[in-house]
Amino acid sequence: MLRMIAKRMVLIIPNLIGVVIVTFLLTRALPGDPAAYFAGPAADKQAIEQIRVKLGLDKPLIVQFGRYVNDLVHGDLGNSLSTGQPVVTEIKNRLPASAELTLFGLILSMVIAVPLGILAAVKQGSWIDHTCRVVATAGVSLPVFFTGLLLVYVFYFELGWSPAPLGRLDAFATAPAQITGFYLIDSVLTGKLETFRASLSQLLLPGFTLGIFSLAPIARMTRASMLAVLASEFVRTARASGLDNRTVIITYAFRNAMLPVITTLGMVFSFLLGANVLVEKVFAWPGIGSYAVEALITSDFAPVQGFVLTMAVLYVVLNLIIDILYGVIDPRVRLDG
Amino acid sequence: MAKKAQKPSKLDRNRPTSMPLLDVRDLTVEFATRRGTVTAVKNINLTLAKGETLGIVGESGSGKSVTSYAVMRILDRAGSIAEGSVVFSGLDLRTAPESDMRDLRGREMSMIFQSPRLALNPIRKVGHQIEDVLLQHAQVDSDAVSERAIEVLEQVRIARPRERYHAYPFELSGGMCQRVVIALALACRPQLLIADEPTTGLDVTTQKAVMDLVVELTRERGMSTILITHDLGLAAAYCDRVVVMEKGHIVETAQSSAIFKKPEHAYTRKLMRATPRPGVTLRDLLPEGESARPKAVAKTAEAKAPAKKVKGVETPLLVIEKLVKEYPRQGGAASLAKIFAPKPAVQPDMFRAVDGISFTIARGESVGLVGESGCGKSTTSMMVMRLIDKSDGLIMFDGEDIGAIPARSFARLPLRKRIQMVFQDPTDSLNPRFTAARAIADPLLQLGGIPRDEVRGRCEALATQVGLPLNLLDRFPHQMSGGQKARVGIARAIALNPDLIILDEPTAALDVSVQAVVLNLLQDLKDSLGMSYLFVSHDLNVVSMLCDRVIVMQTGKIVEQGPTEQVMVAPQASYTRDLLAAIPHPPL
Repeated sequence: MLRMIAKRMVLIIPNLIGVVIVTFLLTRALPGDPAAYFAGPAADKQAIEQIRVKLGLDKPLIVQFGRYVNDLVHGDLGNSLSTGQPVVTEIKNRLPASAELTLFGLILSMVIAVPLGILAAVKQGSWIDHTCRVVATAGVSLPVFFTGLLLVYVFYFELGWSPAPLGRLDAFATAPAQITGFYLIDSVLTGKLETFRASLSQLLLPGFTLGIFSLAPIARMTRASMLAVLASEFVRTARASGLDNRTVIITYAFRNAMLPVITTLGMVFSFLLGANVLVEKVFAWPGIGSYAVEALITSDFAPVQGFVLTMAVLYVVLNLIIDILYGVIDPRVRLDG
Repeated sequence: MAKKAQKPSKLDRNRPTSMPLLDVRDLTVEFATRRGTVTAVKNINLTLAKGETLGIVGESGSGKSVTSYAVMRILDRAGSIAEGSVVFSGLDLRTAPESDMRDLRGREMSMIFQSPRLALNPIRKVGHQIEDVLLQHAQVDSDAVSERAIEVLEQVRIARPRERYHAYPFELSGGMCQRVVIALALACRPQLLIADEPTTGLDVTTQKAVMDLVVELTRERGMSTILITHDLGLAAAYCDRVVVMEKGHIVETAQSSAIFKKPEHAYTRKLMRATPRPGVTLRDLLPEGESARPKAVAKTAEAKAPAKKVKGVETPLLVIEKLVKEYPRQGGAASLAKIFAPKPAVQPDMFRAVDGISFTIARGESVGLVGESGCGKSTTSMMVMRLIDKSDGLIMFDGEDIGAIPARSFARLPLRKRIQMVFQDPTDSLNPRFTAARAIADPLLQLGGIPRDEVRGRCEALATQVGLPLNLLDRFPHQMSGGQKARVGIARAIALNPDLIILDEPTAALDVSVQAVVLNLLQDLKDSLGMSYLFVSHDLNVVSMLCDRVIVMQTGKIVEQGPTEQVMVAPQASYTRDLLAAIPHPPL
C-alpha cells in the first residue's frame, strides 16, 4: 500500500512539469496585450513599449519561461498587475474560501445524493426512484446563478432567515485566526462558536446552490453503479446465505459500488472548484474563481497563470487521493499499483 | 446489528424420516417481461428425501436454475411463483414471510453457484465473508467467530486456513474459491444444499476434488443435496436420482443407475447420445436419423477438396521447436516509475508459461492440445496465431519462419490469411454491433481483396457451408442462439480459406446437443476443405473424437503426445492417467 502511494507520488512529477509548461504557454497564447492595457488608452507606442520592457515581455519566450520557472521554484508567482499584490498571497487568501464553499456544497450534495441513489437502486421503479430522477434532473438543469438568486430571494428577502449574501462573514464578525483557512474549522479550533455560527449561516445558501447543482451526477452514478452491483453474483450469494438486507446492501453492494462514485466525486469537486464563479459572484464570495475571471478580463498574466497552475496541481493531488482511496477500498488495485 | 439469540427453529428436525425434506408440487414460475408474462417452469413436481442426492439435468433454458431459485425464493424482481407449493420440512416456503426465509437461507438451506470467483465479494476477505454468515445466523459468539471461520475453512480442505482467512478471492485459484463458497454454504450445517453447476469452468481434476468434497461433507452430515448440472455424466456419477428437464418441464425422473441403461424419454436419449464419452465417434453424438452429413457441406466438399491436396505432403504445415514464452513474474510496473526509481529496477525473475515445447502439424491433420488451466495451452495457441511474440524457439509455417516476424507486423502480411482462429465464447467473440453477415465479411473486407459487391455472395456461400440459414445473416449476435453464433464464428474463420485453424475451446460454452452438431460441422469442413486444426481444449473426450493426434501439456511442458487412440487407451504419463480418471464416469 505504502509502496503504491510512493509510486504514485513519483508519477506526479512529470505531470507537474507538463502542467507548468502548458500553463505558461496557454497564458501567452491568450489574446490581449497586457502592456497596452496597463499603459492605458491614452498611452502612445513608446509608453507601451516601455511598459513591455519593464514587464520583461520583450524577451524571447524561452527566456520568459526560464524566469518564470526560476520564480516558481522560489515560491513567487509574480505580482498581479491590477492590484499590485503578489499572486501567491492572493491565492493563499482566496483559495480556502473557494475550497470551503466547494467542499461544503459537495458534502451537502453527497449526504443527499448517495442515500437517494442507493434507495433508488434498491427500490428500482418505485416512487423514490422517480423522485431521485426528478430532483437530480431539476438540480442540474437549473443554472447555479438562478438557483442562487432564487434561494437568496426566498430565504433572505422574503423569509429573512438568512443573513445578507455578502461574503464569508457579516460585517460585524471578525475572521478567526488563520489555521486551515476554513472559517468553520478555524473557529471551532479557536473556540469561537459565535464566529462558527456566523460563517455557517453565510455558507448555507451558496453551499446549497452548489449542492443542488452537483446532486445529479452523484445520485445518477450511485444508482447506476448500485444497480450493476446488485445484479452481480456475489450479491445473490449473500442473499442465498440469508444475510440481512442491511449487510447485503451496505457491506456487500455499496462498498463495491463506491469506486465509480468516488471517481465522480473527484470530477465534480475539481469542476466545481474552478467553475463556481457565478456562485461566488452572486454571494460576493471572495473566492478564487472570481479572482481568475477578473484577471482574465484585464489580460493580467500572473494571476491567470497562478490560478491555472493551482487548479492543475489541485487536480493532480485530487487524483492521487482518489487513487489511494481506490486502493483502500479495492485490494486488487493495491496489488498492481 | 443486534445479534439474535439462536431462535428455536420453526422446523421440527425430528419428524418421521418417511416425510420428504423438500416437497415441490406443481411449481410454476413466471417472469414479467416487456413482452408479457413468460412461464419459465411449469408444473414441476420434485421430492427430496433426507440424505438423498438428486440431480437436475438439462440444457440452458430448461429452467433448472429457476426451479432452485424458486425453492430458495431468491428469484429476480421480475420472477414470481405463480402456482404450486414448496414445502420444506413441513413449512410452506411460498407463504412464509421474508424474515423467516432469511433465517432459513444459509442455516437450513444453502446454495453454491457456478463461477465461484464471481460468487464471492471481491473486496472482502474470505474469512470475513464466512463470519458474516456465522454471525447472521447466530451460530457463534462474536469473540469466537474468527476461530470458527478458520475451522470451517479447514473442513473444506483448504491448506493453511489461518493464512487463507485473510485472502481476497482474487488471490485464490478457481478451485480454492469454490471451496470457500462451499465453506460459506455449509458453515451453519444446513439440511439442504443446492449446488448450481458447481464445477462448470473448473478443470476436470479440480471438478473431481470439489465434487468428492461435497459428497463427503454432505454424506457425513446426513444432508440432502440437489445437484444442478448440464452434464448427465456428472449427475449420474454423483446422484441417487436424476430429473431431466427440457424447456421448463420435467420429462423424466429415474434412478441414476437406470437412466443410462434405459432412458425413457426421447430428450433424455438425445442428451445421452450427445454426451462425449470414450469409444464413440462424432457421428454417434448426433440424434438418431441425423447422422448423415449435411447436404450443403457435402456438395462444397467435392468442389474444394482436390485443389488443396495438390500441395506437397513432404513438409509438415506447422513445425514448433523448443518454443518458450516467458513472462516477468511481477506485474509490469509502470515504466515511468522505473525511470524515477532511485535504484535500477532489479531484473524480475521470469515465469515460463510455455517451456520448450516441440510438435508438428501435418497438412490436413487435426491435433488436440489438452491440459488444465494455466498449463500454457492458450499461450501456445496465441503464439502460433502470431498474436503474441515468442521468447525463444522456432515457429515454422509452411517452411517459413513466422516466429521471427513480430506479432504487430504479422497482421498485415498475406500469411495472416492462412492462419485463422475460432474463439472460445461465441458471444464475446462477435462484435455486438455487427450483423452476422458483417462479421463473416470482416476478414474478407480486411484481407480478402475481393470486390465489395461480391462480398455478400461470398458471405452467403460461407453461411451455407456452415449450415447457417441465410435469413439469419442480417441478425445481430443477441438475436441468435449459441449454436448459431458458433457457426458465424466458424464461417468467419474459414472465409479466407486458411490452411490452419486454431480452435480455442470452440464448444466450451455450448450445450452438449449443440456441441455435438458443431463438432460434426468442424469435422465435415476439415474433410471438405483440407484444413489443419489445432484444437485447444481441456476436455479429453471431445478432443479424442475430433483429433488424429493428442498433445498433453502440464505446467508449460508437453508430458505426452501421440496418436489419439494410444493416448486415450494406453496413456504413458501419469498426468494423462489422472486427467482420464477425473472425467466423471456414469455408472454403466
